[in-house]
Amino acid sequence: MSAIFEVRNLKRSFGGLAVTNDVSLAMAPGDRVALIGPNGAGKTTFVNLVTGNLTPDSGEVRIGGEDITRVNAMGRVRRGLVRSFQVTRLFQDMTPAEHVALAILQRGGRAGRLFGNYLAMPEVMAEVSDLIGKLGLRDQMHRRVREIAYGQQRLLEIAVALALRPRVLLLDEPAAGVPQSDTGRIEQALADLPPDLAVLMIEHDMDLVFRFARRVIVLAAGTIIFDGSPSDVTKDPRVREAYLGSYANAGHAA
Amino acid sequence: MTMATVNETLTTARGNRRKLGRDLAGLSVILGLAVTGYLLFPNNLALLTRMTAIALLVLSLDLVTGYCGVATLGHAALFGTGAYAAGIAAVHFGITDPLLMLACGILGGVVAGLLCGAVILRAHGLPQLVLSIALIHLFHEFANKAASWTGGSDGLAGIAPDPLLGFFAFDLWGRTAYVFGIVLLAVVFTLLRLVVRSPFGMLCRGIKEDPIRIRAMGASPKVTLVKMYMISGAVAGAGGALNAISTQVVGLDSLSFTLSAESLVMLVLGGTGSLFGALTGTIVFMFFEDIVSAANPFHWLTMVGALLIAVVLFAPKGLYGTIAAVAARWREARR
Ligand SMILES: Nc1ncnc2c1ncn2[C@@H]1O[C@H](COP(=O)(O)OP(=O)(O)OP(=O)(O)O)[C@@H](O)[C@H]1O
Ligand SMILES: [Mg+2]
Repeated sequence: MSAIFEVRNLKRSFGGLAVTNDVSLAMAPGDRVALIGPNGAGKTTFVNLVTGNLTPDSGEVRIGGEDITRVNAMGRVRRGLVRSFQVTRLFQDMTPAEHVALAILQRGGRAGRLFGNYLAMPEVMAEVSDLIGKLGLRDQMHRRVREIAYGQQRLLEIAVALALRPRVLLLDEPAAGVPQSDTGRIEQALADLPPDLAVLMIEHDMDLVFRFARRVIVLAAGTIIFDGSPSDVTKDPRVREAYLGSYANAGHAA
Repeated sequence: MTMATVNETLTTARGNRRKLGRDLAGLSVILGLAVTGYLLFPNNLALLTRMTAIALLVLSLDLVTGYCGVATLGHAALFGTGAYAAGIAAVHFGITDPLLMLACGILGGVVAGLLCGAVILRAHGLPQLVLSIALIHLFHEFANKAASWTGGSDGLAGIAPDPLLGFFAFDLWGRTAYVFGIVLLAVVFTLLRLVVRSPFGMLCRGIKEDPIRIRAMGASPKVTLVKMYMISGAVAGAGGALNAISTQVVGLDSLSFTLSAESLVMLVLGGTGSLFGALTGTIVFMFFEDIVSAANPFHWLTMVGALLIAVVLFAPKGLYGTIAAVAARWREARR
């Protein structure tokens, strides 16, 4: 199948430290990829680079065959490249319904409208309540974000991303900071993602990775050291070394 | 329809009705205050009209500062440009119909808003504030130097608006101007209530809190803010035009740093991010400035200063914001 999302030789360094060092990968519609790697491996930086939040030193990003390396962050979203954030970025005084409605309106080019209210737009409200319902947020839909639990905020991050109707979805640790008891709902949401959507998920929880991914990419010190099936990843000596190294370093620092 | 959807429809209908109720309440408050002012100070309608014009400036400032988080100490640039546009149209181009003058003021404000927005929005925080101060001084100096058009430091005199709608002459007591001003304020207020809760209004609130999030949703904070600056310019320009029409002169003080700073003080006093707050702040500040100062010319500034310090320290949401928060908590407790 042809690639919907393609990254070629992406490089970026901060003050001489190569945080993304010649990263290349391609994804097809329907892919479920997990991007793993020790803390500080450059996973979030990779997402920032491909979504246009950071500018690469060199390399190329393509979506649906189109070179978007010089397209700004907004333009990339409009072309279907959508991300979520490792630490939720939501509007504390707005409700989940407002978040999702804003995303839907923006997708339709209607977020700049000066008059009218989403509550009075039946087709928007239908989609809002459908998405919110799918993510199990119906009871919270008109509460302010600051009043709802963190696990529900993480679900809302996913809802906002889906409301933008992405072709490629990059999820940066969607379950981070959520108590173990609440991860089930998020895992269900991940399992229910549209089948033709290409998803790349960054995740530390290996159980979640194994249940979700059909392909695993391991990033260490800015370089891809493994790209293959979940069953092979734990056997790979370089992966073991990278993780051991990181634990050794962590032990050193502590 | 599932049970849940039925419930939702009910909730949103109730929410809509509550908002509509508040809109009507807001309108009645404006009109009620207008009538009270008219009855209490029949010989001081000029002051009340000026209050109305300044209220438009403070509302306009609230749009960019309260709703979008832009820091500016130069907002009178939009108001003054509107005033001069209306005045110059009348004096130099013979456009003396008050509604056309108003349109010129609005247009002038929009252009000034576009200009100021394009400059101010390039920076954030302290540099943004400095840019805004530089801008208001430039506008002021420009108006001062272009004396053949603006009358320079003598002010632009000789503005003689025609009767409103061909019927209501601008009388010596300022009755026509007052009614014109109140109707203008009521119309602007109603339109702004709609705008701040439109999709565009939501977008602005989002940008104020987290522009990166908005960009990740595919919307451009820059484009949105410039648009808001133009709307803000239209509102401030309308206020400037009202001032030009009612006083029949335009002075350099309408394009001053002092007026910019005072309008920010009024906004903070009343409460940012709420249209009612902007109105409250204007009324309280100008009441002190003109009425208390007449009774006690030496201490009114002291009193305003003390009030401002008290508000900033103990009621950071402003007078209206604090009262609204207390009322909301009370309503919550009763339920
Ligand atoms: N803007 C920046 N300026 C300087 N250094 C940065 C910047 N952003 C990231 N880094 C550095 O790049 C490295 C990779 O960071 P990144 O956040 O991408 O790691 P990560 O793999 O997402 O880690 P984690 O699992 O902890 O989220 C870190 O050493 C970090 O300090
Ligand atoms: Mg990270």
